[in-house]
Amino acid sequence: MKVSEIVEKLDLKIFAGSNNLDREISGGYVSDLLSDVMGFSGEGNVWITLQTHKNVMAIASLKEHAAVIVVKGFQPDEETIKHANEEGIPLLGSHEATFELTGKVFNMIKS
Amino acid sequence: MQSFKADLHTHTVLSPCGSLEMSPGRIIEKAVKEGIDLLGITDHNSTLMCRVIAEVAAEQNISILPGAEINTKEEVHCLTFFQDWKKLETFQQYLDQHLIHIPNDPNRFGYQVVVDRNEQILQEVDSLLIASLDQSLDDVAEVVHSLGGIFIPAHVDRPTNSITSQLGFIPENLKADALEISKFTTLNEIKKLQPNVDAFSIIQSSDAHFIDNIGDISCCFHMESPDFEEVKMALACKNGRKVTLL
Repeated sequence: MKVSEIVEKLDLKIFAGSNNLDREISGGYVSDLLSDVMGFSGEGNVWITLQTHKNVMAIASLKEHAAVIVVKGFQPDEETIKHANEEGIPLLGSHEATFELTGKVFNMIKS
Repeated sequence: MQSFKADLHTHTVLSPCGSLEMSPGRIIEKAVKEGIDLLGITDHNSTLMCRVIAEVAAEQNISILPGAEINTKEEVHCLTFFQDWKKLETFQQYLDQHLIHIPNDPNRFGYQVVVDRNEQILQEVDSLLIASLDQSLDDVAEVVHSLGGIFIPAHVDRPTNSITSQLGFIPENLKADALEISKFTTLNEIKKLQPNVDAFSIIQSSDAHFIDNIGDISCCFHMESPDFEEVKMALACKNGRKVTLL
């Protein structure tokens, strides 16, 4: 599944990386501890988090994530948006909380 | 230049997780026993115990660096220190404004009391002090520096509530005056894991929550006198001042 499909179906906000929505999603990872994400997430994952710090994009780039979704309507830091554009990784936003959003993304990937 | 033994991370009876024995008199008694010249008072998200401890400490020729251990919205713990009572008070107002209000349950988290030098309770703080601020690490660093204060991410080697556990690694262009490592690691060990710590002065402190732990580990400041401005210079390695680990 492509990032553009979840953006469309879940009505996600696009903070950055709008030119890269054709990236392929292999699975997902959910954690707010960046040390954990660095250790255990995988390539092509869509990462769901409430963190907004610029290190989020450094790790998404390192782990070659398909996209990052920031939950609960939080606004990513300016630097985070800048990094996302530089790295060409979609930085997305949802007003939903992690549990609800993850359930929906999981079901979409599974089907 | 002289050498001063410093433990810059100490909790008091005010921190919910701090022992009720951490009263001004007993903290200073132990600091004297440990030969500490400079003691940082850093309760969770509160500065309210600094002044009384400084008064007791002055009688024993110990200098206090007043401050607090802040929990940022990323849940990164950071030490902050200020030059005088006025700046400390301004920072306390910032904390009152930005600490996320969760009522403390003393049976679960512990008592949060402000005491005088005779261990009489003056005030019980209602808001849970181990909660986080609604402010980011960068926000807190900016406010501390705007007040001329010192900003030091705490126990950067720890697997919880450290800049490395919460943010993965030391962020580029971090506006910190130093980094603190815990007693559970060594400088060599942390350098292997986080090569960019080399850009910072390093302190090591006890993070004491109990009397016995004060001075468990300390660092040595090489400077002219044990006061805020000298510490600031030492952390910046200016004018021949510096800080070394033991």
